[in-house]
Amino acid sequence: MYDFTYAKPATIADAARALTGDAEAKALAGGMTFIPVLKQRLNKPSAIIDLSALGLAGIKLEGDKLVIGAMTTHGAVAASAEVKKAIPALAELAGNIGDRQVRYRGTIGGSLANNDPSACYPAAVLALGATIKTNERSIAADDYFQGMFTTALNPNEIITEVHFPVPQNAAYTKFANPASRYAMVGVFVAKTAGGVRVAITGAGQNGVFRHAGFEAALAKSFTPDALNGIATPADEMNADIHGSAAYRAHLVGVMAKRAVAAAM
Amino acid sequence: MPQISLTVNGKPASATVEARTLLVELLRDKLHLTGTHVGCDTSQCGACTVQVDGMSVKSCSMLAVQADGANVLTIEGLVNADGSLHPMQAMFREHHALQCGYCTPGMVMSAIDLVETHPEGLSEAQIRHGLEGNLCRCTGYHNIVKAIAAAWPLMHDKALPVAAE
Repeated sequence: MYDFTYAKPATIADAARALTGDAEAKALAGGMTFIPVLKQRLNKPSAIIDLSALGLAGIKLEGDKLVIGAMTTHGAVAASAEVKKAIPALAELAGNIGDRQVRYRGTIGGSLANNDPSACYPAAVLALGATIKTNERSIAADDYFQGMFTTALNPNEIITEVHFPVPQNAAYTKFANPASRYAMVGVFVAKTAGGVRVAITGAGQNGVFRHAGFEAALAKSFTPDALNGIATPADEMNADIHGSAAYRAHLVGVMAKRAVAAAM
Repeated sequence: MPQISLTVNGKPASATVEARTLLVELLRDKLHLTGTHVGCDTSQCGACTVQVDGMSVKSCSMLAVQADGANVLTIEGLVNADGSLHPMQAMFREHHALQCGYCTPGMVMSAIDLVETHPEGLSEAQIRHGLEGNLCRCTGYHNIVKAIAAAWPLMHDKALPVAAE
């Protein structure tokens, strides 16, 4: 690992200032991706700004929105009675990220800022039409994800909360890579006030995406069979040693049907 | 360089570390607690698992400076004052839950946390799911799962409820 300086600011303003003043400074959330990346010398920050003392962890219900603080760990989301009651699919998703040790430290804000194309949370945020609050503004999920490892965040912008509208029904199904537990294909289906939304992670070349074909079919009939014959274009899917693009395109349909069955 | 103070196995410890020093490097190289192992370079194997403020974490994936002020428990901290083994260690021995022993410290630390956080009971499926962050390349996990199920009644001082799976 290359060396760096370390700071743990006590206020969001101080953290933002530290990130703004140094273009090579990086924010550290749970570090479950970032620290392994540093160990491999894939990144060389001048300074690490630890966000753990900013008071950004917590879960609360505000009207019809579930509000999760950016530094809330996957384990805390999975175990939360409020999350289990309001959006059980979200608790289940969080409880199957990585492994137990990762869930104790990995955070929702870190996952969303990183936007790994195989991460689970982006599918939930996009399918539920969540809003990402930062120290500067609110960003709608539809505007936030901009391709793999790319988001609408400015370099010095800090996610503070994620606001999830509570859906009528929702479910997430993941076909996990058995070694990493990342999604080979993950499908989050939600029946929301604004209609049916389907978000796919792990499969697309550009990271998480909404499946317009599935959404149109499910709006007419919210059943697994409604997805019969609706294609997922293989030329937009990832191909790697774990599976070809055609395999992933097929798996998207299979996992989507399972998600719909679970959400009914 | 940052100066940190923490509690390790119930005793105060302090050290001067580089910002990039990993918690496992602090434990092994500075505090000479070599029971915590490094089994991989990719944060996947879990051999370096310790408890930080009661939560099992991979000490290769946490900076030492992040543990400033924390309460850290390693495999060396489990043994009782009279030298007798922690019930989880005893059950690992009883059920032959190790062969080469390399992954064992991490397995034991994870397993204790798993049992402590499931006072309502622990099914075989829950044990296997809970061990996903710990890799063993020789026992095949079967005896590790048995050892953990056997340690549950000893740690909770009651019979393990039959799980409705």
